[in-house]
Parts: sequence; C-alpha cells; structure tokens
Amino acid sequence: MSAPTVAIVGAGLAGFQVASALRDQKFAGRVVLVGDEPHRPYHRPPLSKSFLLADTDEPSLAMRPDAYYAEKQIELMSSTRAVAIDRTHRKLALDNGSVVDFEHLVLAVGARNRPLPVPGHDINGVFFLRHLDEARALRLRLHKAKQAVVIGAGFIGLEFAATATKLGVAVTVLEVADRPMSRALSAPMAAVFAREHAKAGVRFLWNTQVKRLLDDEGRVAAVETVEGTVIDADLVLIGIGVIPNIELAETCNLKVQNGIAVDGHLATDDPHISALGDCASYPSVFAADEYVRLESVQNATDQARCVAARIMGRAMPYSAVPWFWSDQGPLKLQIAGVTTGHDETVVRGDPSGISCSVFCFRGGRLLGVETVNRPADHMAARRLVGNRVELNVAQAADETVDLKRLAAAAAAATGA
Amino acid sequence: MQAGIDGGIAGIVAECGGCCQCATCHVYVAAEWRERLPPITETEDAMLDNTVCDRLPESRLSCEIKVTPQLDGLVVNLPARQV
Repeated sequence: MSAPTVAIVGAGLAGFQVASALRDQKFAGRVVLVGDEPHRPYHRPPLSKSFLLADTDEPSLAMRPDAYYAEKQIELMSSTRAVAIDRTHRKLALDNGSVVDFEHLVLAVGARNRPLPVPGHDINGVFFLRHLDEARALRLRLHKAKQAVVIGAGFIGLEFAATATKLGVAVTVLEVADRPMSRALSAPMAAVFAREHAKAGVRFLWNTQVKRLLDDEGRVAAVETVEGTVIDADLVLIGIGVIPNIELAETCNLKVQNGIAVDGHLATDDPHISALGDCASYPSVFAADEYVRLESVQNATDQARCVAARIMGRAMPYSAVPWFWSDQGPLKLQIAGVTTGHDETVVRGDPSGISCSVFCFRGGRLLGVETVNRPADHMAARRLVGNRVELNVAQAADETVDLKRLAAAAAAATGA
Repeated sequence: MQAGIDGGIAGIVAECGGCCQCATCHVYVAAEWRERLPPITETEDAMLDNTVCDRLPESRLSCEIKVTPQLDGLVVNLPARQV
C-alpha cells in the first residue's frame, strides 16, 4: 500500500501549519497543500500595519523560504482552487483538472471579506484588506491619499486608521454600532480605544450606515451616509467583517453552522475530513456559548497541531486557551479567553490612560481579560483562564492580588 | 528571527511572524553579547515568562533582536523546544 495522502485545502496560516506540523510529527505520506492565491504562504498581521507603512517588505512576510516546501516534501499548489469533494471515494477535484486521492482531508478554507451592498462599492479607490494583493494596491494608493474613510470600526478598520493617521492622512471612521469593536470588546475597553483614536486625530461617526459611495470621473470621491452626511474621500477601506467559506463543505453535505461544524477534536461529521481556523465552528470550554468560530493566529496554529496529532493517531481534544492581539498605533490590545457574553466587568489600572486591563465575567466566572499596554496582565490571564483558575470579582479589582503569582501556582498545580 | 527563518533553522518557530506575541522564537544569548542587544521591552519580558523551555538570564525572543553590523558574529543557542 502506498503512503497515505493528506490533502489540505487553504494555504493560509491554518493550512500551512497543518502541513508543517505533520512533517514535524514525522508524517511519512504525501502532503498536498492547495491555495488559491499565487503566493507562498505568508503572514497577514503585518499587512494592516508595518507593510502599509513600508517598514516590512514582501519577502519577510513569507512564513518559510521557498526551499522549505521541497525540503519538507510539501506539495504546494498555488493559484489553485478545490472545486469538489467526493466523500465516498475520497477524492478532491481541483480547478486545474487534477484529482487528489486522500486518506484525510483538511479544510482550512478561511473566510472572505463581507461585501458592502451599496451603490458605488466597486469604484476605483475602494479597498478591502485581507490578502497581500489587496494590501499592495492599498499601500500604493495610501501613500498618495489625503482623506480616507473607513467603513467599520473593527480590528482591521482601526489598525488601518492608526496606520493612515501616522502617515498624515485624515481619517474618518463610520460605524453602525455606538462604539468600536463592539462585537469583540467590552464597553470600558472600547471607550479607551474610541477616546485614544480620536485624540490621535481619527474622526468617528457612530450609529450610522453608508447609503452610497460617490465618484469623480471613475475614482472614489465621497461617502454618503443614510442621514445624508457626505464625507469627502480619495480612499475608502471597507472592514465590516468576514463570511466563513462554507460552500465547499456544503457541496458535499458536511454540517455547517456559522462555519464548518467540527467536534471537540476538530473533525467534521465525516471522520476523514477535519476543519480548522477561521472557517471552523467548534465547541469551546472557554466560551459562554458552546460553539465558537475564532479568527486569530493562535486559533490557526494551535488547532493545526491538534489536527496533525489526530492524523498521526495521537488524538487529543482541542483545549488551547484562545488569545488574540491587535496593534493600533501606540495601543497594544491583547485578549485572553473568549469574553463574548460577559455580564460584568472589572477594570484594573487607569481607564483614562492607555494602560489598563478589563476582566470579563459571566455569572461570576472569569471568561477572559482584555488588556491594553499591560502585557504582564495578559500573559498571566492566558494561564489563569487556560487553567480555569477561579479568580473572583474582588480579586480582579484588587491590585495587590498578584496575577503572575496566581498564574504560576495554577500552572505548577496542573503541570501546564 | 527573520535570519533564522530564512536560513531554515527548524528551532525558530515564530508562529506569530515576529510580532512578539507567541514566545516561539526563544533563544539563549551568551553574556558577552547580551549588553550589545536592544533592551528587553515590557512586552518581551512578559512573553519570556511563557516560554516552553526555562527562562534563563540568557533568554531573549529573537524577533526583538534586529540584526545590525554591531551584531556580526553573534551566536545564539536554541532551547530544546519552542512549542
């Protein structure tokens, strides 16, 4: 019998890390990594920050040098899309006409930008920011721009706003909610970011929606809100979230629910198919709701190791504590745990400055901790949440309670 | 870190791509070189508390060491594991 093949669809961080982890764990079969972009796998976080500032060049975005793929015998198929999955015969059909026979299939298909369904959404000068090609085009235009409008005060929108402001571009951010990062962040932490971005020169319009984008001879010239406010712009960035890529899974009748549904081992309802990363909805012990779909570097890398281990016959439930970061100018936001659904918050530090921590509780149980420019609190929080330490509201509020010591004690007790 | 990745050094993992967030580019730097390195920031200090292998006085995260002509000849040792 020939060596088994693992086919991986999606060559972003999650897909790359599965391929890499399989080789690290001495997988001896074929590894086929299929990606629809023309590039070798690259890091996306710098695209909204140092890459736009031109501090990071393209070669240093690469996850690994070109030679890595040949050396590790990872068959990277770039500019290639998966078009169909035959679950009965375990065959993956690609848009170049070839078919890959697999023993195990990994769906790391990611997510795509949520479109803005208004007139003028596709005018020259309107951008999204997810892929390298989008970042390249945006960078060219940004360095000539004077007035930018950002639609959506999420992570991407605000990272971009901070970068553009640093480059001297006047930035206006339009947001449908009444505060930034409203789906992800507690109200006290959102207030810090709203205030500090405004201080840096970013103008915000809350509780508003875009009616249409206006052009001048084919190039974007302004954004009009539903209230009739018109804001001049020579560059528009749309950052209103993403949609998980579930279509391929749907075509072969895998279960989907706000993403491709997987179990606690990241397997779909077909034991020969796994899903992970931005596209996967999984049951998390750290979440208030049972199922979560997380879009983060940590999620992709830790889930990749879990999937690779199961393929190697060393199955373990996925149990890594979620963590996340977003650098927005001088504000380094870090989140440990999943804070969605909290009903109580406790602040440590001074929320009128740029260094504080917000502890998020639900029913008295610590869900997670958001920090800005408090990396020690964040690292302690990863361990506290990860080891499910029962930190109560009073302890969180008491600055004399040493989080690092508590975290170290918990880690020593569990051996983690 | 970048030099380690480009050179195919397997012991430099760098999951976060050099953003000082994951502590998987941990290196040990001998005393005679340490003072020539940029100082440890608060973020790196916190991150170094979470390395898989023990934090020693020699510990640094290599993503925070930008290679300059002054560092020509720098030798670092790698921990047994990064993850």
